[in-house]
Amino acid sequence: MIDDWFPNGAAHYLIGGMLIGAAVSFAFLMSGLVTGMSTVFSAVWSYVSRRSFFQQDRFTSSRRWRLTLAVGLVLGGLLFVVTGGSTFQTHVRWWQLAIGGFIAGFGARMSNGCTSGHGICGLASFQLPSLAAVLTFLVTAMITARIVALIGGV
Amino acid sequence: MNRATGAVALLTGVGFGFGLAYSTMTHPEVILDFLRWRDLGLLLVLGGAVAVTTPAYQLLPRLLRRPVLAGTFGKHHAIMSRHTIGGAALFGVGWGVGGVCPGPAIAGLGAGNWPVLIALGSMFLGAYVQGRLASRPLFSAAQKEKNP
Repeated sequence: MIDDWFPNGAAHYLIGGMLIGAAVSFAFLMSGLVTGMSTVFSAVWSYVSRRSFFQQDRFTSSRRWRLTLAVGLVLGGLLFVVTGGSTFQTHVRWWQLAIGGFIAGFGARMSNGCTSGHGICGLASFQLPSLAAVLTFLVTAMITARIVALIGGV
Repeated sequence: MNRATGAVALLTGVGFGFGLAYSTMTHPEVILDFLRWRDLGLLLVLGGAVAVTTPAYQLLPRLLRRPVLAGTFGKHHAIMSRHTIGGAALFGVGWGVGGVCPGPAIAGLGAGNWPVLIALGSMFLGAYVQGRLASRPLFSAAQKEKNP
């Protein structure tokens, strides 16, 4: 039964998730940072766009550490490969990445959170709107993923 | 941002990114398998992360007057609004199309998953269009006040 749910094993999922939680907790303990990821996109645009939305204090005052966090994320992925983890290139079709990325980027910023912001930080802060957001995006994603499989997506 | 905040952010990112790669969340295929109920591993990743983060978020502000290297603990403010829920619904559609979300896309780049550059570029574009729309007077009054 368990093998049916986790055909690739379960340990690496749980250990990886706890590592992520430890990193998020570390940022909070040391500097009080709440580390959702999607805000970095709006924060980076605040460097180049004068539009009022991007020039809000919550982006301009956090953009440097958010960008640094993103650089760390890339280094973390690199560290995994350097320490013996296998590298991997996705076979998901380019149109899936392009269309999916655009809608996910737009939606995450409109919702003010993504899988890490609402999913980890929001749930760990007992935020009901985040729970509602998580349940909502899980449902729409599951429906969409099945439709995409039907029309030729990976 | 002082040096301490920068160092903490960088270390956090390294741990976060390593965890994402270790748990194979950087593989869009694994995300799509989860969304199609072939492998429920993502629930363990999310559950493991939330299980560790919840005591930290709940207890640290009660045990410590302030973070070790900064003045105040931040807060995740989510508000129940059509932006939060509508945006989440859209985010889910995008996530379901490509199996890619912000954190794993960025970490995947470091792990050599070059094709996600397409998704990352599109995410930046999507975030720009959202911010531009939200900069219009009517839209922004609603969204700015509600997202302090």
